[in-house]
Amino acid sequence: MSTGVRAVTGPGARPAPPPGKPFGKLSGKPAGNRTGSAARRRRRGWVTAILFVLPALVLFGLLVLAPILVAGYTSLHRWNGVGPPGDFVGLDNFTRLFRSEIFLGDLRHGGILIALSLAVQLPISLSLAVLLNRRIRGRAFYRLLFFAPYMLSEAVTAVLFSLILSPEEGLANRLLTSWGLQPWTWLSEPDTVLMSLFLVITWKYFGFHMIIYLAGLQGIPRELSEAARIDGAGGWNVFRHVTLPLLGPTVRISVFLSVIGTIQLFDLVWILTGGGPSHASETMAVSMFEYGFKRSQIGYSSAISVVMFLISLVFALGYQRFVLRRDLEGASTAMGDHR
Amino acid sequence: MTTPLRGLRTAPTHAILWVAAVFVLVPFLYGVLGGFKTSGALSADPLGPPSPWVTGNYTDVVTSGPFWRQLANSLFIAVATTALVVSLSAMAAFAFARFAFRGREALFTLFTVGLMFPFAVAILPLFVLLRAFGLLDNPLGVILPQAAFGLPLTVIILRTFFRSIPKEVEEAATIDGCTAFGFFWRVLLPMARPALATVSVLAIVASWNNFFLPLVVFNDPNLWTLPLGVQQFHGEYMADTARILAYVVISTLPALAFYAVAERHLVSGLTAGATKG
Repeated sequence: MSTGVRAVTGPGARPAPPPGKPFGKLSGKPAGNRTGSAARRRRRGWVTAILFVLPALVLFGLLVLAPILVAGYTSLHRWNGVGPPGDFVGLDNFTRLFRSEIFLGDLRHGGILIALSLAVQLPISLSLAVLLNRRIRGRAFYRLLFFAPYMLSEAVTAVLFSLILSPEEGLANRLLTSWGLQPWTWLSEPDTVLMSLFLVITWKYFGFHMIIYLAGLQGIPRELSEAARIDGAGGWNVFRHVTLPLLGPTVRISVFLSVIGTIQLFDLVWILTGGGPSHASETMAVSMFEYGFKRSQIGYSSAISVVMFLISLVFALGYQRFVLRRDLEGASTAMGDHR
Repeated sequence: MTTPLRGLRTAPTHAILWVAAVFVLVPFLYGVLGGFKTSGALSADPLGPPSPWVTGNYTDVVTSGPFWRQLANSLFIAVATTALVVSLSAMAAFAFARFAFRGREALFTLFTVGLMFPFAVAILPLFVLLRAFGLLDNPLGVILPQAAFGLPLTVIILRTFFRSIPKEVEEAATIDGCTAFGFFWRVLLPMARPALATVSVLAIVASWNNFFLPLVVFNDPNLWTLPLGVQQFHGEYMADTARILAYVVISTLPALAFYAVAERHLVSGLTAGATKG
């Protein structure tokens, strides 16, 4: 699930202070105290700690880290998946990838969906969160309702919307024609399919971002906006100069999750459109599935995986380094008091 | 005196919220009501109330074998994944939170880096590996990778929580003769019940909604989970829209029921990092 909200405190974050707990003490005696038994106990503490970490480490190494390495290896081969990967082709798969109109299209679609999410979906989520942060009738109901789509699997959502958006029988066009409007092409035309996809993404995910914003808003003391109001600030100015800056860390996390989620978008697209019509809604993950599992071009498909991985990694590290660093610094000063 | 004024002031707010509510509700309503119609009636009048109310679509789904098998498969895989990921994460988080050992921060960083690996990136090599291990068409082929990919978030949340338990508790336990394992098992885990509930809810939801991995691992329809089943049903009854809606609606009920029960834990899990910066 894409809730890697604490990912950002990974590498580059300040190393956490040692806990200084009794078990920790076993392994952290000052140099002067080193006796034979202390060294033995320290070794025992180390062994115990490693025993606790080991099972998770094995599973993680075998099924998370190893696959990435395997992808890196197979991406350098031409391989149909049968027998050992034999035909070493160097970076050919990658050069082919970046000459492929389809793959360049995938990148463009990802970029468009990310831009739309940041420019439309997140502001909507934020506005609704601000409205729901007031004491208003039906607040609990709205909150429950808006978040409900997030609970559905993307597969279920996609099936539901493929019926709603179907060209003639679908709900959407029935409503449009019953209001005397022209039916819309939704998923069946290259020009409209990305917008329709974005509509479905918004339906499913705006509530998730709204909940995150609401949690952030609840961490902002009411006195601050009240004080600003007393000083004569209007609603918009209070939001612009008090609420939004204090909500900064939450917004930046939500942007992060939104981008990472869009990079790996698969289920929705695969079921709704299969990437079509004529590749107009294809994403990197759909291409990867198509080449890898449908056409058995494992090497080429691995190259797509590797590029996806590099894009995510560069984005995540860059974002952490340049955008989230401020939050980590601020955490101990301005925001520290009311976390 | 103040009430009508207040009502007037909040009117725009209510209008906006109401529009959003309609946007969210209409697809749900379309699904639920549509399931009570014949497909002919559905395409003639997609959103009106059913007349007559047809229950056949729903009863067909509920009395069909595949639906219950998929439900059982989803449930088994979700529970097994959750048990595995939470137990392994709790152990690891315990070591990361309360031991000072060489290489601790490096190892912990390794786990947190795992958060940046999208599932979609690893799925092809995972498939190759699972095939080599003989785990295709085997529930373990879904359970183990799901647990592995759930580890980073779970370890991070639990570590934060374990750290927040005061060291006096640990000193008292040590004085009373507790070993590290005894403290972990008899003191820490019981105290961490709220955090364990939160990460369990996250793991169950992630497993329940997973589509990509089961799609790749399971060829055998007897092993399909609900998302696979819904997609397959969609392909099979393409023209019978009302029947598909009934399947979608019923397969959604467990998730929504779970949401109603576990909402608090879910939300606290999702916002655990976002608010603690």
